[in-house]
Amino acid sequence: MTSTTEPAEPLSVEQLTATTLLRFATAGSVDDGKSTLVGRLLHDSKSILTDQLEAVEHASRNRGQDTPDLALLTDGLRAEREQGITIDVAYRYFATARRRFILADTPGHVQYTRNMVTGASTADLAVVLVDARNGVIEQTRRHAAVAALLRVPHVVLAVNKMDLVEYKESVFAAIAEEFTAYASELGVPEITAIPISALAGDNVVDASANMDWYGGPTVLEHLETVPVSHDLAHCHARLPVQYVIRPQTAEHPDYRGYAGQIAAGSFRVGESVTVLPSGRTTKVAGIDLLGKPVDIAWTPQSVTLLLEDNIDVSRGDLLVPSKDAPPTTQDVEATVCHVADEPLTVGHRVLLKHGTRTVKAIVKDIPSRLTLDDLSLHPHPGRLIANDIGRVKIRTAEPLPLDSYADSRRTGAFILIDPADGTTLTAGMVGESFAAPQPVKDESDDDGWDF
Amino acid sequence: MTTVASVSEETESSPYALSHLDALESEAVHIFREVAGEFERPVILFSGGKDSIVMLHLALKAFAPAAVPFTLLHVDTGHNFPEVLEYRDRTVERHGLRLHVASVQDYIDRGVLRERPDGTRNPLQTLPLTEKIQSERFDAVFGGGRRDEEKARAKERVFSLRDEFSQWDPRRQRPELWNLYNGRHAPGEHVRVFPLSNWTELDVWQYIAREGIELPDIYFAHEREVFQRSNMWLTAGEWGGPKDGETVEKRLVRYRTVGDMSCTGAVDSDATTLEQVITEIAASRLTERGATRADDKMSEAAMEDRKREGYF
Repeated sequence: MTSTTEPAEPLSVEQLTATTLLRFATAGSVDDGKSTLVGRLLHDSKSILTDQLEAVEHASRNRGQDTPDLALLTDGLRAEREQGITIDVAYRYFATARRRFILADTPGHVQYTRNMVTGASTADLAVVLVDARNGVIEQTRRHAAVAALLRVPHVVLAVNKMDLVEYKESVFAAIAEEFTAYASELGVPEITAIPISALAGDNVVDASANMDWYGGPTVLEHLETVPVSHDLAHCHARLPVQYVIRPQTAEHPDYRGYAGQIAAGSFRVGESVTVLPSGRTTKVAGIDLLGKPVDIAWTPQSVTLLLEDNIDVSRGDLLVPSKDAPPTTQDVEATVCHVADEPLTVGHRVLLKHGTRTVKAIVKDIPSRLTLDDLSLHPHPGRLIANDIGRVKIRTAEPLPLDSYADSRRTGAFILIDPADGTTLTAGMVGESFAAPQPVKDESDDDGWDF
Repeated sequence: MTTVASVSEETESSPYALSHLDALESEAVHIFREVAGEFERPVILFSGGKDSIVMLHLALKAFAPAAVPFTLLHVDTGHNFPEVLEYRDRTVERHGLRLHVASVQDYIDRGVLRERPDGTRNPLQTLPLTEKIQSERFDAVFGGGRRDEEKARAKERVFSLRDEFSQWDPRRQRPELWNLYNGRHAPGEHVRVFPLSNWTELDVWQYIAREGIELPDIYFAHEREVFQRSNMWLTAGEWGGPKDGETVEKRLVRYRTVGDMSCTGAVDSDATTLEQVITEIAASRLTERGATRADDKMSEAAMEDRKREGYF
């Protein structure tokens, strides 16, 4: 296959606008070569421009380094450069003729699990890096678990530093097999393993001449071709109402539209819809797609729905097909990742934001905390601290229409907010299970774990 | 009218895959509507530059057929390109909007701010901006900042909380999960909102072309009297250039960004149409800021330091 990053001539406006967008996140331990991989993707796709490279060269020289340190491209904050580590998620942008990419570059340190959660929450794909010499280590399992927890649809295992193991197929095959077995058990739906050397450039953008035993795509080819559209046939349609549009002008005296971004599935004109939590039912009279009428609209389009009956609908309500309404409940059970420095405790009074609705809530119980290293469960920890993943039970002041996160990454997700100072405390995923289709047995614990 | 008959299986050629511009547009509209739903007094920073023009266009689409529920705010450095001011006033008039102006010149005239020896007024914008935010009690301030512009901006959230001094603390940012933006703030604090966070310079231009958005003429190649300073072509003018030893010449140039005349450079270009501009940017080996902004070159962390003080 040929590289698609160097078009022979500049692309036309039509070619440039027809491309799709892939959001992906990278995860890797400190020395797995993540910065090098990111640097090479950016560099080989011509996304690092001359002045940026000059700035990096200049900064590298000031630090007494002989070669440009590509990590300086991504470590944008003073504190990060001073400490030589990545503290926070950074977003990078690059493009090929086929697709545009938003890369959430997440730090690899254990204490920044919350940042991988942040990056993975919007990702269609996660790249987990492994050092071919070390194979699958605890940190790899942790990254696989977070990708599974967040239900990232596609996971790429990039087995890096193949140049340091003589490009041996057997080394790659053993790591790919171990990882695939582990990640499949967690419920990761699709895993693609690619042997690479980020430093030497093997199988990142261009196919490697050193590994003719490998017949699969390069990292970039895979990123360019992995499907990003949604299987609408099996999705519950959901529209959280953001804002009511009422012009009240001479031209539009009676226009009353319910604006929002479709969170899942599709809506059609003529369809019966129910407003939650009130439960009132009506029909879709029209759909405006940013000022243009359409017959059907789907996720993630931002639209305005017009309804046949003049019923009470306001910000925070959820519009759903009448034949496919989620249950409403005041008792939320969820898996959460705690993202704030202040701990989450039983009895904590919080705000819960779900879709466009924010309600008062109280943490009733924290049944367990997950140890990511070995996926064992610690029962009733009493509290969750920063970067902890655990199960919580929350009582809300008002009923919420909740989907399981397994069914919908948008309407099954929520955040907890500290009502006193507005801090985002916790990322929540509604539902019983972690990700695995069947309970995964822990060797040391006959009860397994019921995430 | 788009009519799609059936819902198909997930494939690469699925009719349900949005183009990248549609995906970015949808996300930005969602952000505008969240702010309209959650804040009392939002305002759009509007300079007449291409990013703020795209922001306004998106806001108009987000609330159509109703009016945009936001006012506009321009921080006037006093060193503006006349074509841009004319565009600004015409746009405000056409859409029946309300414009607030925070004037750097007023601050200099009152003796609150002092002109810098290099004549650059970009850093002087921060005080008029932050005082206007306080006096008008704006609680959400839309900026056209994009994460691709600069490495400190790459770390910026879509919703970025600022304290009562408008300061940004990159180490105390709220994680931003899914599209659940958290706009909570205490009285006196405000939130900077960046709907174009995930757009690149090329995306902005492609969107302008697709939507047929009108821009000030200075974005297209034209003959202009310029002189060279720090490897950039600056426009001669009352703001203080050229100085001794700097010579004015007529060149065919255009602007990639619009800002204070004293620090916004023009680039050599013969691109007179949107398509030519897009082709030129797609082939450029320089970032927009690297090519045209003097103030970002002052130090390795110039942008981060200014953002900490309240710059957007």
